Amino acid sequence: MFSPITPAHYLFVGIVLFVTGMICLLTKRNIIAILIGVELILNAANINFIAFSSPVLFPKRVPPLVLDGQIFVLFVMILAAAEAAVALAIALHFYSRFGTVDVDQGDELKG
Amino acid sequence: MSSLSLVPQLLLIAWMLPLASFVFIFLTGSFLDRRGRASGFIATAAIAGSFLLSVVAAALWFGYYPLDSNHQASSHPIRPLSGDWYTLAEFGSIKLALGYYIDALTLAMYVMVSFIATLIHIYSFGYMHEELHEVNDPQVILGDGTTLRRPGRFARFFQYLSLFGFSMLGLVIANNLLMTFVFWELVGICSYFLIGFYVERSSATSAGNKAFIVNRVGDFGMVLGLAALLTSCGTLHFDHYQTTNGAHYAGLFFYAKAIQHPASELEPAEGSRSEDSQSNPETPPVTLSGPKGLTYGLLVLAGLALLCGCLGKSAQFPLHVWLPDAMEGPTPVSALIHAATMVAAGVYLVGRIYPLLTPEVLIVVAVIGTITLFMAATIALTATDIKKVLAYSTISQLGYMMLGLGTGGWVAGLFHLFTHAFFKALLFLGSGSVIHACGTNEMPQMGGLLRKMPWTAITMLIGCLAIAGAGIPLWAGFSGYHSKDAILAQVYLFHTTNRFLGWIYYLALVSAALTAFYMFRLWFLTFIGQPRNEHIFGHAHESPKSMTVPLVVLAFFAVVAGWSVPGTHWSLSALLEQARVTPLLENSQVPLFGNVVIPHEHESHEAQIHQLVSLEAFTAGILGFAIAVVFYGARWLDPAKVCQRFFGLYRFLLNKWYFDELYSRLFVRPVTWVASVAAWIDRAVIDWTVDHAAVAVRSLAHLDDWLDRILVDGAVNRLAAAIYGMGEWFRQWQTGRIRNYILWIVVGLVSLFILGSIYFGLGMHLVVGAS
Repeated sequence: MFSPITPAHYLFVGIVLFVTGMICLLTKRNIIAILIGVELILNAANINFIAFSSPVLFPKRVPPLVLDGQIFVLFVMILAAAEAAVALAIALHFYSRFGTVDVDQGDELKG
Repeated sequence: MSSLSLVPQLLLIAWMLPLASFVFIFLTGSFLDRRGRASGFIATAAIAGSFLLSVVAAALWFGYYPLDSNHQASSHPIRPLSGDWYTLAEFGSIKLALGYYIDALTLAMYVMVSFIATLIHIYSFGYMHEELHEVNDPQVILGDGTTLRRPGRFARFFQYLSLFGFSMLGLVIANNLLMTFVFWELVGICSYFLIGFYVERSSATSAGNKAFIVNRVGDFGMVLGLAALLTSCGTLHFDHYQTTNGAHYAGLFFYAKAIQHPASELEPAEGSRSEDSQSNPETPPVTLSGPKGLTYGLLVLAGLALLCGCLGKSAQFPLHVWLPDAMEGPTPVSALIHAATMVAAGVYLVGRIYPLLTPEVLIVVAVIGTITLFMAATIALTATDIKKVLAYSTISQLGYMMLGLGTGGWVAGLFHLFTHAFFKALLFLGSGSVIHACGTNEMPQMGGLLRKMPWTAITMLIGCLAIAGAGIPLWAGFSGYHSKDAILAQVYLFHTTNRFLGWIYYLALVSAALTAFYMFRLWFLTFIGQPRNEHIFGHAHESPKSMTVPLVVLAFFAVVAGWSVPGTHWSLSALLEQARVTPLLENSQVPLFGNVVIPHEHESHEAQIHQLVSLEAFTAGILGFAIAVVFYGARWLDPAKVCQRFFGLYRFLLNKWYFDELYSRLFVRPVTWVASVAAWIDRAVIDWTVDHAAVAVRSLAHLDDWLDRILVDGAVNRLAAAIYGMGEWFRQWQTGRIRNYILWIVVGLVSLFILGSIYFGLGMHLVVGAS
């Protein structure tokens, strides 16, 4: 009845997360919401890393379990933390500059 | 000795004083003009100082060489003082220097020039007083019909007078022909400045130009003469001179003497020079640098060439036309030019370079002098401008001087130069006084002025008597009597020895009668009879003291200049006799003209010649005077009727023998014709070529411009426009909205992914295969 969880399931979750984050990026005008979207996309990538490091995909590998994907995920998390710090600083400056967190107000760099 | 060595230094200071005055007024003139007559006082003080120094120098000289002893025979021979003050350049034996050559003639000229110039300076105070404030010149009509108003130029007038005095004194003292020439030209330029003093009047400027250009014609000859002498003798010094390395060289006089009298040779000349006043008791070894190519013929040519310059300066026959026009200058200038400086320079130079003039040249001088004196006297008969009459009489009297010099009367000719200086200065200053009172030069507007201006009238009468040579025959007379009789005696002697040149004497005699006639015509027309213009007569008045005092002083000298100092033999002619340079020790045959003989001057002093000539000249003078009385004094005959009777002759004389017209035809018109042809060529050929070349270049430039704009600029602009348009198009994507960018990232990613899936099946098989 229940088939075992395969990487495809993981990837599906990753896709859902990615698309959710992307939609968040595309639709939200609040800079904080956009940051949240970015976090979602990063985590979608993390799930992909984990999915592709599944031993199911490499049945003849010795030893079968290698934690490459998981280690990448740790790096990404650290990266995401750093990115969040920088991004929040930018958001703060944005707010103090424009008096709002609506990114559509910050279109001064248009050609 | 020491007293003599002081003479050059005194004369140097006398020479430099007017220059100092000139420089001072030149630098401070505009300042002095505001101070009134200061410039006049400076210039007058300078020239008066020159006069005093000259007198002291003359006293020293004549104290050393008294006039009444016979120097030629004594052991105390007279030597001219000669030396150089300043060396300009030295090329081997050729030395260009400023120096002095002093003998009795130099000293007499110094005294006379500075004396007359001083009087003219004083006179100018009165005559030029209008220049002290703003002047209204009625002779210059401006474009809008008003007359010219201009600032006065009192300082400038005296500045030029000073320069004139300096130039003339430099010319007189020069010890070489180069220095003579330099000051000769300075005199010329000064006369140019002063004749054209009223620069706003076109007649004055053209008269100045005429004087200058006519003098250039003569000076052209003079330069040729200088060149001939310099190349053939290697020097232009008159006397022996010393170069800086101590060598002595002979001067021009020595060469001329050696050429003309080869037999007499050089011993006397050498010997006399041995015990020179310089502290050199030994005979200096004179090096003969030449005569390299000096031949008798060349000497004749050089003499004729130098004579050209003298003819120009002294306004002799072919070159006399400038002098009457020179009357455009202020009257004191006319007096200065006519009496002491400009025209005297030519006669003085003939006298100074007398040893260089061969008998052939002297004959030319005599003939030209005769033509001049007769021609000018006849023109003076009909002139109505009081100054023009005097101008022509000057030309005539200069002709007498040249005639005297040319016939061997060295002393006679120069004697007349001195006496003429006094009475011509007097006459000019007197005419200036009349013009000052009447405001016109025209004698027909005057008349009856004797009552109004007695001082001027009487002094001018004395001047007329002097120039006419009035005197009691065989006893004494006015100064002109002595000098003119000396010339006529010499000419008479010349005429007796050369019968076929006798017309010279008769013309001179006739001109003496004419002189008396036109001078008394002038005097009668001006001072006697009914006033012909009541308005002018009403305004006439005697001139101020500063003008009449010089007249009286000059009148005194016009009377006595010919006399000897009572109780002695001291007189002007004795003084000149002492300065005599003697090329003509005896009668000299003229080699090129065969039987022409120039008689020695001493022979004309014979009593019988003198008596005869005196009586003849007296008769001629009385005759001229009588005719003047008949026509203008008593008016027994009407001159207008006589003019009508001899209308052709009258018109001929009134038009000055048509010399101006002749020169206009001969020189001025051809030159203007050539100039107009040249102007036509300039316009039609050169300008045409240039213009058309310009047009061609301009159309080429237009083509170039078109190409540049259409092709080059077009290509660049199109490219730029294309890039700009592209930029415009791209610009719309750059919205600055972060969500737009993300959208496009997503679209790009998705499309990349789709493309990758279609072409490479990227990664799908992994997913699909794994599941």
